[in-house]
Amino acid sequence: MAPIFRWGFMGLVLTLIYIPILVLVVNSFNASKYGIKWGGFTFKWYEKFWNNDGLMGAALNSLTVSIVAASVATIIGTLAAVALHRYQFKGKALLSSMVFVSMLTPEIVMAISLLIVFMALGIKLGFVSLVIGHITFCLPFVIVAVYSRLKGFDMKMLEAARDLGASESSIFWKIILPLALPAVAAGWLLSFTLSLDDVIVSAFVTGPGYEILPLKVYSMVRVGVSPEVNAISTILLVVSLVLVVISQLLLREDK
Amino acid sequence: MKSSVGQFRFWAIGLASVWLTLFVFFPNLLVILTSFLTRDPQATVSLPINAASYVRTLDLLYLTVLWDSLRMSLLAMVFCLVIGYPFAMAIVSLPKRWQPVILFLVILPFWTNSLVRTYAIQFILGNQGIINKSLIGLGLIDKPLQLLYTQFAVILGLCYILLPFMVLPLYSALEKLDVRLHHAAKDLGAGPLSRFWHITVPLTSPGIVAGCLMVLLPAMGMFYISDLLGGAKNLLLGNVIKTQFLHTRDWPFGSAFSVILIVLLGFMLWLYFRAARFVSKQGGLNGSDF
Repeated sequence: MAPIFRWGFMGLVLTLIYIPILVLVVNSFNASKYGIKWGGFTFKWYEKFWNNDGLMGAALNSLTVSIVAASVATIIGTLAAVALHRYQFKGKALLSSMVFVSMLTPEIVMAISLLIVFMALGIKLGFVSLVIGHITFCLPFVIVAVYSRLKGFDMKMLEAARDLGASESSIFWKIILPLALPAVAAGWLLSFTLSLDDVIVSAFVTGPGYEILPLKVYSMVRVGVSPEVNAISTILLVVSLVLVVISQLLLREDK
Repeated sequence: MKSSVGQFRFWAIGLASVWLTLFVFFPNLLVILTSFLTRDPQATVSLPINAASYVRTLDLLYLTVLWDSLRMSLLAMVFCLVIGYPFAMAIVSLPKRWQPVILFLVILPFWTNSLVRTYAIQFILGNQGIINKSLIGLGLIDKPLQLLYTQFAVILGLCYILLPFMVLPLYSALEKLDVRLHHAAKDLGAGPLSRFWHITVPLTSPGIVAGCLMVLLPAMGMFYISDLLGGAKNLLLGNVIKTQFLHTRDWPFGSAFSVILIVLLGFMLWLYFRAARFVSKQGGLNGSDF
């Protein structure tokens, strides 16, 4: 391909990818209610969101779920990545294939399978079921992020530490964790964004008493135009963009 | 000391194993089991075990929905491939320094809220949206075009949301391609098109299958895209499953549809491993490096 054509094509695709996002963000500051014409710059949709107790409550619930889910997923995922990298054990192939399968399973299948298992185990739908569901789909991302960082290490260091009498847990705390920390942090940030943005799994495993922001937004956009949605959407977009950029910088650093 | 080694190891392996068994492995088995049970108004599901739900998916009404859903998802997959393949090729041909930057720009939206981005598409395609307003403004049309609530809108939305999933595996397949194969073929007189069909495409087939898998399967489940862009008529399989689970409460029937998705996933994985084996055998000059 000729360079000019190549750049033109890439530029076009990237522009088309970012235009809808840009339109949404610009419109969240548009004073005209239906966003048909530019009615001047305003913060009023953000104020409306801020003053809407229902929406703010849902936002707070979302934050709680995401923080808890991302933290638990990061702990379990980091340990699992260390185990897969460092140990030989029975069922290792099974564990890694379960990670693989859970990454590829369509979200809708994961959603209903979780709903069925919650019913079977008698777990009440609400905060707990949401957190469990979110941990489940975040887990493989943490494992993959941490595992690929660990693969780049010189393992001799760990053998040396063990020969000198370091216990397995102090090898983890003093050597593995500090070295893997950027990937662990990136895993947390990615899990947090995935959790904060999830619709499909949440739609199935949430209970009537526990509202979260993406589902609120979903029901709002289904019924029609409400400009606060633009403001909420912009906030969600900006939060994800910032966190993902940070996480990628963490993962890139000194390869 | 021995026990502390054992203890750390125990937790590191145990936590994830228990979690994934309990919330991935076991639930998937339950879906398959549920699909063979009978709907029960009191207890959600009950015995006897039968294949009635599968027989019902063959009902003309559901076959039509299934076919529509599959067609829209397949078209989205094809469009993603047609856009994603040259895009991935263009990235690979860039200097090494630029490749991660462009790749990052494509993948970045994946991490943002896809519901919100679907809503943005709805906003753009609507009768009062940018496209219709500009076309009317330019005097090309008098009445707004019906873009929203069409199959076209659903396919566009699916492509928009799922394109990164196609580009990523294609990029990693293309990146591994040995340029020496191209030089050799060129020396032997093969033209660019022939080199593309006989070298590039076969050797990136695992990437193609992986990309198709990662677009097609999610595409069938994304009920909010068809909800926001397709209206009540253009349903995806995800909408059917959602209705069966959350409204009609016919779990066996909904599970049967999900099992169809799981079977499709299995088939595409099989295809992927076949393609990967083919490439590792025929990988060319540096086969051992793969």
